[in-house]
Amino acid sequence: MSQIDVREAVTRAHRAEWARLVAVLTRRFGDLDIAEEAAAEAFATAAERWPADGLPANPGAWLTTTANRKAIDRIRRENKRYDKQREAQLLSDDDPPEPLGAIEDERLRLIFTCCHPALALETRVALTLRLVGGLTTPEIARAFLVPETTVGQRITRAKAKIKAARIPYRVPSATDLPARVSGVLAVLFLVFNEGYLATSPGTDPVRQDLTAEAIRLTRLIRTLLPQDGEVAGLLALMLLTEARRTARVSATGELVTLDEQDRGSWDAALIAEGHRLVRERLAARVAPGRYQILAAISAVHTSARDVRDTDWSQVVALYDQLVRLDPSPIITLNRAIAVAELDGPEVALAAVDRLEPKLAGYHAFHATRADLLRRLGRSQQSRAAYDQAIELAGNTAETAALTRRRDQLG
Amino acid sequence: MQYLVSVIDATAGLATPDEMAAIDVFNDRLVADGHWVFAGGLAAPSSATVIDNRGGEAIFTDGPFVESKEYLAGFWVIQAADLDVALKLAAEGSKACNRKVEVRPFLDE
Repeated sequence: MSQIDVREAVTRAHRAEWARLVAVLTRRFGDLDIAEEAAAEAFATAAERWPADGLPANPGAWLTTTANRKAIDRIRRENKRYDKQREAQLLSDDDPPEPLGAIEDERLRLIFTCCHPALALETRVALTLRLVGGLTTPEIARAFLVPETTVGQRITRAKAKIKAARIPYRVPSATDLPARVSGVLAVLFLVFNEGYLATSPGTDPVRQDLTAEAIRLTRLIRTLLPQDGEVAGLLALMLLTEARRTARVSATGELVTLDEQDRGSWDAALIAEGHRLVRERLAARVAPGRYQILAAISAVHTSARDVRDTDWSQVVALYDQLVRLDPSPIITLNRAIAVAELDGPEVALAAVDRLEPKLAGYHAFHATRADLLRRLGRSQQSRAAYDQAIELAGNTAETAALTRRRDQLG
Repeated sequence: MQYLVSVIDATAGLATPDEMAAIDVFNDRLVADGHWVFAGGLAAPSSATVIDNRGGEAIFTDGPFVESKEYLAGFWVIQAADLDVALKLAAEGSKACNRKVEVRPFLDE
């Protein structure tokens, strides 16, 4: 096996085994800090040893054994009087057979602990990417454009709080589960959205590393909770969005809106998978949550071969359903965009204008107004709205597209 | 594990009879379910005295050590297996006393 193959094997093992390893170690040692450090050391050792010694027959078991030893080494270093009997017990428990269900359960515990509501949202995101996703602190810092020390402190403080306040390491009870799952999905959706439309001018407009990581973790949750409609809905939404990724930014680095995208370049496999999930949820005949409705809207869009074939009445009906669940101004704004296609830009503009007190600081509000005003031939007002949108937008590809549209006004 | 559940008030008002009744019901439940350690309501912050005896001679100062709009109005000390249990109890406590509460763990042994 070549060096490159071995390096790839280490990367593959990292993707496949990291969360399981951290979860199993946390369970065994009752300490996230020890678990994370030991897992990281085990992978570092693998990167060093595998090229020389060859790939172990069972990489997962090799990593577990190595990480286990690293953890015990650390405990020994920190506490010389560590109970010898307990140590012996841990050593003899080196590689116990674990049924698949139990492993899945371990990873689920880890995710729920990382996304505990007693932690701040940005902390949950950092902790989930670090402990479940296996991203390094510098990688997380780059992803969210915050200093490495800030991410490091967030993670350290979170681990200290989990320990001191005894945030439990378990899957929540059935009564708490729906609320807690939705907390986990909120974290994953945030990671995905930041990748899909990066909010800052200092980074690539689309961050595939983040969208891919969010999808990977949502797939993991889906295998763990296959019956949960919102998990399926969020996964479908991510897949149908990701399918359009390459069509979303033009060769000149401009964001391309849905109506102007080259639909032939959409990823057919991702769309098929997303549609399958949406159909599965429709067949379940359970009232859908917001992710399922958003996925259904995305499914309507991705079913149209040409933008003119879009079933806009279906889109508006789905938005109506969404507004009943979540009457937020952003949902109302997105509904108005669909209304413009169904009832014309004038009706839509009236609905958009009513949102001004709430959305005056949001670039998409001004961009939507600008577009509707342009279609109504009110160039001067449209130009002013584009100016405001450009000033507020942070994403470089979006700014470029808005600037071109403004400059094309007659 | 023990947690301090602090009752945060901003209105300087004592509990109303309805609130007192709800607190009593909640306290009885804490006792019945084995969560009760201790609880008490506090008199107004203006009744506080700060003492500093680090310098050899005790100095007494009238009033609370920190002036703020929100202050500690009372507290529970509860016994709970973990933070999830403590948060659930604290949420019930907040409803009973009709005020915000803060949960903070005691240092573990």
